[in-house]
Amino acid sequence: MRVAVLGATRGMGREVARRLATRGDSLVLLGRTPAALDELATDLQVRGARKVSTVPLDLADPTSFAPALDAAKAFLTRIDAVVITAGAFGTQEQLEDDVELCHRVLDLDFTKTILLCEEVRKRLLADGGGQLVVFSSVAGDRGRKTVGLYGATKAGLSHYLDALDHRYRSAGLVTTCVKPGFVRTEMTAGLKEPPFAADPDEVAEVVVAAIDRQSPQVYAPGIWRLVMLVIRHLPRFVMRRVGF
Amino acid sequence: MGTDLESLTRQATLSRGLGRSYGDASLPAQGVAEVVGTRLADRMLAFDEQTGVLRAQAGLSLHDLARTFLPRGWFSPVSPGTWYVTLGGMVASDIHGKNHHVAGTIGRHVRALRMRVASGEVLEVTRSSHPDLFAATLGGMGLTGHILEVELQLQKLSSPWIWRESIQCPSFDELLEGVAQSAEAWPQTVAWIDTLATGKHLGKGVLMRGRWARPEEAPARQPRRGLQPTVPFLAPSWAINDLTVRAINFAYYHKQIVPFVEGPVTPHSWFTPLDSIKHWSRAYGRRGFTQHQAVIPREAGLGKVREYCELIAKRGGTGLLCVLKDCGPEGEGLLSFPKPGISVPIDLPVKPGLQDFIDELNRFVLDVGGRIYLTKDGFTRREHFEAMEADRLPRFREVRRTWDPDLKLRSAMSQRLLGDPG
Ligand SMILES: Cc1cc2nc3c(=O)[nH]c(=O)nc-3n(C[C@H](O)[C@H](O)[C@H](O)COP(=O)(O)OP(=O)(O)OC[C@H]3O[C@@H](n4cnc5c(N)ncnc54)[C@H](O)[C@@H]3O)c2cc1C
Ligand SMILES: NC(=O)c1ccc[n+]([C@@H]2O[C@H](COP(=O)([O-])OP(=O)(O)OC[C@H]3O[C@@H](n4cnc5c(N)ncnc54)[C@H](OP(=O)(O)O)[C@@H]3O)[C@@H](O)[C@H]2O)c1
Repeated sequence: MRVAVLGATRGMGREVARRLATRGDSLVLLGRTPAALDELATDLQVRGARKVSTVPLDLADPTSFAPALDAAKAFLTRIDAVVITAGAFGTQEQLEDDVELCHRVLDLDFTKTILLCEEVRKRLLADGGGQLVVFSSVAGDRGRKTVGLYGATKAGLSHYLDALDHRYRSAGLVTTCVKPGFVRTEMTAGLKEPPFAADPDEVAEVVVAAIDRQSPQVYAPGIWRLVMLVIRHLPRFVMRRVGF
Repeated sequence: MGTDLESLTRQATLSRGLGRSYGDASLPAQGVAEVVGTRLADRMLAFDEQTGVLRAQAGLSLHDLARTFLPRGWFSPVSPGTWYVTLGGMVASDIHGKNHHVAGTIGRHVRALRMRVASGEVLEVTRSSHPDLFAATLGGMGLTGHILEVELQLQKLSSPWIWRESIQCPSFDELLEGVAQSAEAWPQTVAWIDTLATGKHLGKGVLMRGRWARPEEAPARQPRRGLQPTVPFLAPSWAINDLTVRAINFAYYHKQIVPFVEGPVTPHSWFTPLDSIKHWSRAYGRRGFTQHQAVIPREAGLGKVREYCELIAKRGGTGLLCVLKDCGPEGEGLLSFPKPGISVPIDLPVKPGLQDFIDELNRFVLDVGGRIYLTKDGFTRREHFEAMEADRLPRFREVRRTWDPDLKLRSAMSQRLLGDPG
């Protein structure tokens, strides 16, 4: 496959890129930190990627989207899939206490992410189709005490991705909404681990399989599908009482 | 923890990989809050398909290396019993595998290290550039500097499968003789022994020998790890007792109904049977467990190995694992573990009386001129360690004095065993 990845410098994006590289895919790494992108490009090359290039894109800056996607396409000649894992996080307490941070997270994880998806959508459709793989979160599945603000962006994002898949799959645009549970990355460093915490590599395995199957939605690891099924159906009085 | 080891190690006093050492080797010294976690620094930096030389950051896991290179026909020339270890941890413990008698420790295959030493300098360290530092770092338990990058010679494989034979042995002598006899023709040998069989059954076990399969013996498909069941929660502390271990050992011994089995197996199941159960250590419950591993030198004779195993069996050293390995010649690491003889590891659930038991084991080991494996140790007393290492320790201390006169680099282990300040 020929894949562009945003968020490959760290966390789950890095492991997804590695799995694709190991099987010989061609990759463009999009991102805002050129040195980190170049370092990862070398890693992916050693792991077996057919070819790798890096292209600057800052999710906070929508004017960077179009030129970056142009450059990615020029390198790959055709883009089969775009994977977006970039995002920001804050705990409920941090976001409640810091308006500026709150604004940044809401803006990046919802508005900017969707603007980027729209840019990708137009291009993939114009090229006859492709796959858009975006990292949302289980936090968007139910309003919970500990992830109200962050979860709201992911709820909106999941909603958008769902609709996108319904609207454009028949035209060749496959949308995959990824919902990771708690994953040990720098994003969650220092937080208390709940049960079923996973490593980025376990998530990547599930995600690559979902890309191949062209699933519209995937929980990673899979157990979260069940966990969220239960949580979605817990009555309000329980949600008010429980700590998560 | 982070991806940029170079800046993370600038002030740090110790590095830690995946924490698979059993004792206090990767824990901070008293009064030190943090160690550098290397596991996110796991980039591959270069690989030469012609020569098989791999250069990678110290946090690269063997699990990742296996997944990437087994399909390409290469692997680490030495593998421990788990792949959830980092290159840095493998070098710092100078690990050995089932092929120690032919391949030596991992150190033999390390071509170069990039290290941050106590002065803050970052150096490219090789056998010729800094012989003393290089030798002290192999098995030096992180006390000579932070390993940032490792350059390792990989082994070219005849196929990505292992050809193994296993043979049931009803007695200790047969088992150990089998291991010794297999050593010449087989690059990989171990003896699995039933930890609870006593008396005339003592030493009942299975002799296992293996080698990389020849292409015509190997299945055409790529080997994969099977389903990985997990132990999701800590088990109650009573879960592992003599009865459950007896049941597991019984199952293990009789898994092969016929006394002789041969055929291709995946390298996963050959090298790392425990990795097939995620979080297996949780089965030991909250109190957890430790290990103790000693080598009984060849000069002491097989009788001493038997005596040692009797000592363990008598005290009911209940544990799941007891895999005897005959070690080959000593390597270049100043404090590396293996030397010619039989290495005996045991799992020990943490419970009252543990310290006394370990003291008793160590007195035995000291008496027969053996030594213990630091990476498995959390309880050995300083006087026992110093006595066991009377010949080698002065040289190690000297290299440390040269490179780290203020003992900036230290760990909970170095305080316990080397008397480092807090
Ligand atoms: C199930 C199991 C089976 C095992 N089987 C074997 C076996 O067959 N043979 C064998 O030899 N060992 C075996 N081991 C032990 C294991 O290989 C070693 O403990 C190894 O060092 C663990 O690597 P790690 O990355 O987890 O290191 P850690 O446990 O995190 O650290 C171990 C030591 O290495 C040092 N260290 C780690 N990274 C660095 C670095 N970047 N720079 C400097 N110092 C560093 C630490 O300070 C510490 O002293 C086994 C362990 C387990 C759990
Ligand atoms: N970790 C979890 O438990 C968890 C759970 C559910 C969902 N998620 C979601 O999964 C996704 C990935 O999470 P992760 O834990 O892997 O994150 P991570 O380790 O923090 O990595 C984030 C990645 O996004 C990039 N990025 C951040 N802001 C950017 C920007 N403005 N422009 C370009 N790139 C930017 C980062 O690049 P730089 O190197 O340049 O910073 C980095 O590569 C996120 O959307 C997150 O919300 C995470």
